[in-house]
Amino acid sequence: MTSSASGSVSSVVNGPVTVGRIAIAVAILALIAVPFVVSEIYYVNIASQVLLYAIFALGLNVLVGYAGLVSLGHAGLFGVAGYVVAYLLAAGYGHGFAILAALAAAMVVTAGFAALALRATGISFIMITLALGEIIWGLAYRWISLTNGDNGISVTTRPAPFGLSLASARGFYGATLVIFLVALIAAAIFVRSPFGAALCGTRDQPRRMNALGYHVWMIRFGAFMFSGLLTAVAGILFVYYNEFISPQALALTASAEGLLMVISGGAATLLGPVVGAALVVIVKNVVSAYITRWNFMLGAIFVAIVVFMPEGLVPGAVRLARSAWRSGRQGKPEPRP
Amino acid sequence: MTFWVLLTVNSVTFGGLLFLLSAGFSLIFGLMRIPNLTHGSMFMLGAYLGTTLLSGALGFTLNFWLAALIAGLEVAALGALMERLLLRRLAGQQLAQVLVTLGVSFMVADLCLMGWGGDPVSVATPPSLTGFVRAAGAVFPLYRVAVIMIAVVFALALWLMLDRTRLGAMIRAGVDDPQMARVVGIRVSQLFTIVFGLGAGLAGFAGMIGGPILSVYPGLDQDMLPLALVVVILGGTGSLLGSFVGSIIVGFIYNFGQALLPELAYFILFLPMVLVLVLRPQGLFGGQVL
Repeated sequence: MTSSASGSVSSVVNGPVTVGRIAIAVAILALIAVPFVVSEIYYVNIASQVLLYAIFALGLNVLVGYAGLVSLGHAGLFGVAGYVVAYLLAAGYGHGFAILAALAAAMVVTAGFAALALRATGISFIMITLALGEIIWGLAYRWISLTNGDNGISVTTRPAPFGLSLASARGFYGATLVIFLVALIAAAIFVRSPFGAALCGTRDQPRRMNALGYHVWMIRFGAFMFSGLLTAVAGILFVYYNEFISPQALALTASAEGLLMVISGGAATLLGPVVGAALVVIVKNVVSAYITRWNFMLGAIFVAIVVFMPEGLVPGAVRLARSAWRSGRQGKPEPRP
Repeated sequence: MTFWVLLTVNSVTFGGLLFLLSAGFSLIFGLMRIPNLTHGSMFMLGAYLGTTLLSGALGFTLNFWLAALIAGLEVAALGALMERLLLRRLAGQQLAQVLVTLGVSFMVADLCLMGWGGDPVSVATPPSLTGFVRAAGAVFPLYRVAVIMIAVVFALALWLMLDRTRLGAMIRAGVDDPQMARVVGIRVSQLFTIVFGLGAGLAGFAGMIGGPILSVYPGLDQDMLPLALVVVILGGTGSLLGSFVGSIIVGFIYNFGQALLPELAYFILFLPMVLVLVLRPQGLFGGQVL
């Protein structure tokens, strides 16, 4: 599912270098223009949500797409970072300390997750990450003296780096955009580095990689840590965006939403998760405005995508369009693979 | 003293319920190599369907046990149908199958919320079992004793079915070596449907039986699924004995944890899982490494 996806989208995104580069440049300019062009705060906020979830999806994709390890516990990592920030701010610490402590805590928990989950691969990896994610959720939900249980923790202020206030929606969007771009570039460098290539090797041919002298476990561990770092960054942004966190942010549905972003956009592609995040956030907000059954929709979309477009919406749409074009030209359908 | 005895009875009862839930989960995992993430939903759905049969909302009122049995059968049919219509299309793609079960679990949870509302529904204990029994100087709630006996009977029946019948032999063959089983003429894909239906049915039945103890509420599915996961990781996949021992262990840890350290009960529950993963990844009684 993952390896077949990489071919079609990378040819779309990287194919003719100039077209791809121009498209990316236009997209970035459009993202920069959002706060100046869009007048309604509501849409600026949605754009901020898209970007912060895109960072989450980028992180998850490192594992799901490039390492071939599907995690259903990432909302736990997301939540650890968020809760530590909220807790420390509520206890009266400064923003800088809270953010650094949250990153450190999330990295420690990620290392624990990785050490346990990487004892397995494939389906068992899913089960273990799911169970671990549920532990974190259980702690957030039941350890009331620390986390305030279902009532959550509120955050009253946003930081003001270099004297720039993030209190307004536009200010916050700007900061999120900068962090998103840094995360995207980091992910791109990571994926294209020799380490990223080795990671794909451990996904496709772990035994051969082992025979070639690569330390498969260590490579996967490194990928898990990087994935956890991006997830933690997204979690911190989430807390500042909502100025609130509750166990809901850590539930299995949150992990599943992240996974949906990755596989709907196309796993193992750099930009797929970003597109997926935009899709899920927009659909969620639009659907929530009309019907209250978001969870049902989430489940139905999941099933539909897995059954009909397992390689993701973007590569899937490209494949369908191509085969339609070919069959139109040749007058007969392409044989199914 | 009574406190500890009662806690022990509650632990064994909960373990029995968990066994009914996780035996099917474990068999499905052993045979089809996928964790069925709808298993918690099946538990919850069984309980909701049972309460409706019990309440007389359909124009008739059933006996508690009949309601539990019918709810179990309904859920079994649903499970078999899901295997036929959805999972069969994705044969051989385990990851896709897991994701489909995840998607269906969200849909079931939301449909239950739509159908039965957000308030917990309490299930009345069957009138004949509301009393207590006295034994060895202590008092035991009758219904909990009954649940323990039901779990034991089901465990024996399942064991006999797996160990002594032709169907059981075919299932064991499918668990051990699906390719070889196919070669000698066992229709493994048919077994998938049977085992999936059986597992779902057991979960639904357990949901209704557990109703008087746990009551039924939105989120019950997500409370039970991780417990089934832990039981199977502890006991090993595809092993009936493993499910049984794992269920009792988890039942004890969960109940004692909730009584003594309520805030950390959920956390403590996962410690044995972590230990098993580190020391014995195939589970206590599992043959294959997880």
